[in-house]
Amino acid sequence: MTAPALELDGLGKSFFGVWAVRGVDLDLHPGQILCLVGENGAGKTTLMNMLGGLLPPDEGAMRLGGRPYTPQRPADATEAGIAFIHQELNLFGNLSIAENIVVDRMPTYPGLPLVNRGRMRREARAILDQIGLDLPPDTPVDALAPGEKQLVEIAKAVAAHARIIILDEPTTSLTNRETEVLFRLLRRLRAEGHAMIYISHVLSHVMDLADHIVVLRDGERVGGGPVDAFTIPRMISTMVGRALDQLFPTRSHQPTDQPVLEVDGLSQPGVVKDISLTLHRGEVLGIYGLMGAGRTELARILFGLDPHGEGVIRIAGQAAAGTDARGSIRAGMAFVTEDRRHEGLLMDSSVAENMTLVSIGRFTGRGVLLDRRAIQDAAKTMATQLSLRTGDPTLRQPVRSLSGGNQQKTVIGKWVLQAPEILIMDEPTRGIDVGAKYEVFTIMNDLAARGAGILYISSELEELMGVADRILVMHKGMIAGRFERSDFDSRAILAAAFGRTVQDAAE
Amino acid sequence: MTTERLAILALKNAPILLFVAIFLIFGLMSERFLELQSFENIVKQASFVGIVAVGMTFVMLTGGIDLSVGTNMYLSAVVAGLLMQELDLSPWIAFVACLGTGLVFGAVNAFMIVRLGMVPFIVTLGMLVAGRGLGLLLTESRGVILPNDVLRFGAGDVLGIPNPILVFLAVAIAAQVVLSRTRFGRHIYAVGFDAKAAKQAGIGVGRTLASAYLVCGVCAALGGFVSVSQLGIVNPGFGEFTELYAIAAAVLGGASLFGGVGSVLPGTVLGALLIQMVQSGLIFLRIDVYVQPLIQAAIIFLAVTLDAVRNRRLAALGKRKIRVEGESKAERPTVPRTRTTG
Repeated sequence: MTAPALELDGLGKSFFGVWAVRGVDLDLHPGQILCLVGENGAGKTTLMNMLGGLLPPDEGAMRLGGRPYTPQRPADATEAGIAFIHQELNLFGNLSIAENIVVDRMPTYPGLPLVNRGRMRREARAILDQIGLDLPPDTPVDALAPGEKQLVEIAKAVAAHARIIILDEPTTSLTNRETEVLFRLLRRLRAEGHAMIYISHVLSHVMDLADHIVVLRDGERVGGGPVDAFTIPRMISTMVGRALDQLFPTRSHQPTDQPVLEVDGLSQPGVVKDISLTLHRGEVLGIYGLMGAGRTELARILFGLDPHGEGVIRIAGQAAAGTDARGSIRAGMAFVTEDRRHEGLLMDSSVAENMTLVSIGRFTGRGVLLDRRAIQDAAKTMATQLSLRTGDPTLRQPVRSLSGGNQQKTVIGKWVLQAPEILIMDEPTRGIDVGAKYEVFTIMNDLAARGAGILYISSELEELMGVADRILVMHKGMIAGRFERSDFDSRAILAAAFGRTVQDAAE
Repeated sequence: MTTERLAILALKNAPILLFVAIFLIFGLMSERFLELQSFENIVKQASFVGIVAVGMTFVMLTGGIDLSVGTNMYLSAVVAGLLMQELDLSPWIAFVACLGTGLVFGAVNAFMIVRLGMVPFIVTLGMLVAGRGLGLLLTESRGVILPNDVLRFGAGDVLGIPNPILVFLAVAIAAQVVLSRTRFGRHIYAVGFDAKAAKQAGIGVGRTLASAYLVCGVCAALGGFVSVSQLGIVNPGFGEFTELYAIAAAVLGGASLFGGVGSVLPGTVLGALLIQMVQSGLIFLRIDVYVQPLIQAAIIFLAVTLDAVRNRRLAALGKRKIRVEGESKAERPTVPRTRTTG
């Protein structure tokens, strides 16, 4: 066996006397993909920050190719041949692909300060060919699809001669097809001898890609080994420390037959066509479809963010006035958007401020001034109800510092404080771990039990089937299938999402 | 699909179209406006704001702003004027001192913004006030008369092209080359797009930012010199409100106040010409002098509104279309893959 590309030996880091990571051993060999899994807050990020030179370890040692490795700055990691590919890409949309690849070392003409564009283009072309990406190097990055941007980020890593590539949730904004292309590339890099650490909550991807799996819980390595030794249930039980035989909470009530949201013949050219649906009180109505089927667009129209042409939307029997989010909120609607970082949260504001943002008008106490104590109390009550885990019980810490799952709970809390009649949730479980998912589902059930109607949009079919009372399938902006809980069948639902019937699919 | 492409092409070149449209409107209203002589006058009068606006473009591309350029013009011209008036130094030395003053002025801005981490808006607002005060102190609020040599430069020409236009042209071309063809220029675009990402990519963000303010300072001083070389005197109110015209020129030329988007050629140059054309056109049409600023402002608002609409339309056209079979590639935006900015 070759010498490990990277060895971690009893690595540990503590914050204010609490160990975030402790005693972690890890070997990464050239030509190996190691998947790191664990709940949010398990210590994955801290571990990677030590590797990247952002945090100095408090104990233990790191070795690269057998030699001690003690990075002081992120640049040291880059120099040592470690490349990080974060969830949020570090690309410049206003520059070309070629410029992005060599951004910190653009070739110039000898003796002149002018950039040698021809050489830059050729260098970029060579790298793009090497990773099999057929795009003109002069294309501005803003014109690329999310999946292609991800690949350009990898091209950058390859161009910088990275021997170890670390990918953190790279598939969150990719379509299935784009994910496949990415995986094909990662396998190719593996065959060329690159070592990779792949961090993801999507366990099926982990099973698909990994050679080796390391499971972290509460900062410690609680399991690990070759992928053959793992199954998804075993990974989950190792991650959460107990057998999680129940992925979805049990429903304690039945949906009523009182409609709370009725949509009749809704159309908007180029977006959705002839959508009719009824959401009842106490019901969780799932909406499934491939990316680009029009689910998010439908949600935005229902909430009044985008206009619609024909059709009627009735909220609790009343025709909705028009396109206006304020009106929708007043009518009892709430919308947990797909992109919590940009649309759902003020990342630098506190948890309490974010939670009370929508309902702020209720906290004006006796006059026009805000009653800070009431805000604080309301936020605290909600935090308890959601079992929000923050380091700061006063909820004054910025939302940015929370883990993904707790950020999502903050968004949900913001709307739950409004006691909504209709809650639209667009991909509420994206990028959050199994435990947090369970809690999100529990909140959904509780709201439904209190008589709210929930429109639950997701690309995770298994989750939809576990939680929804009914599932509508969208395809090319239209409803292509309706399924009652008793007829849930993943093959039939998938077939509908592809615009086919099961018979077609079987052929 | 072709009409859509045409729409995108038109939207992307909105500054040029706007320029032509306004030119034609004034031309229809006054024939003399279409004569070469009046066009030359417009370019000549636009040259000093244009030079200042070129520097402003560097700063705005980083996502910053420099409100102190008008004051910088004044102070630098005062220093040059006093050196010639009081110490009888040659115009060449005075010219170099003028640019030097602009450089130092820019360096003070850069120091406070980059080293002390202060907000550009506040720093340059403070410098706008402080620099004007210093200039008034040095001149005891009196105008500084410039020697005839300087006036001769301002009124002179090379091969029939007036000197102010030549300087403007040289600055604009040099700036465009720097922005589109040097590492420094490309890094300005990168920093303006995402400073945090630029830092992680190993770009010297502080150095890039500081350099942008230095360039802006020197451009302001040069613009000031070109202007006073036509006027022959540095009045206490010289340069006031130039920052507004410079910012307007850059924005009309397509620069974004959020950084990362814009160009000098054609962008800012067109913007500066556009503003001057409106001013001159209103004089041609003998519009009441008190009404002129209102019309000017209306045209600027109109242009900026058009720009906002244009960006929204471009974003909408770039959005993925839903009713197309398949995923990613097939439904990708139909924005033509042109070269990047610059």
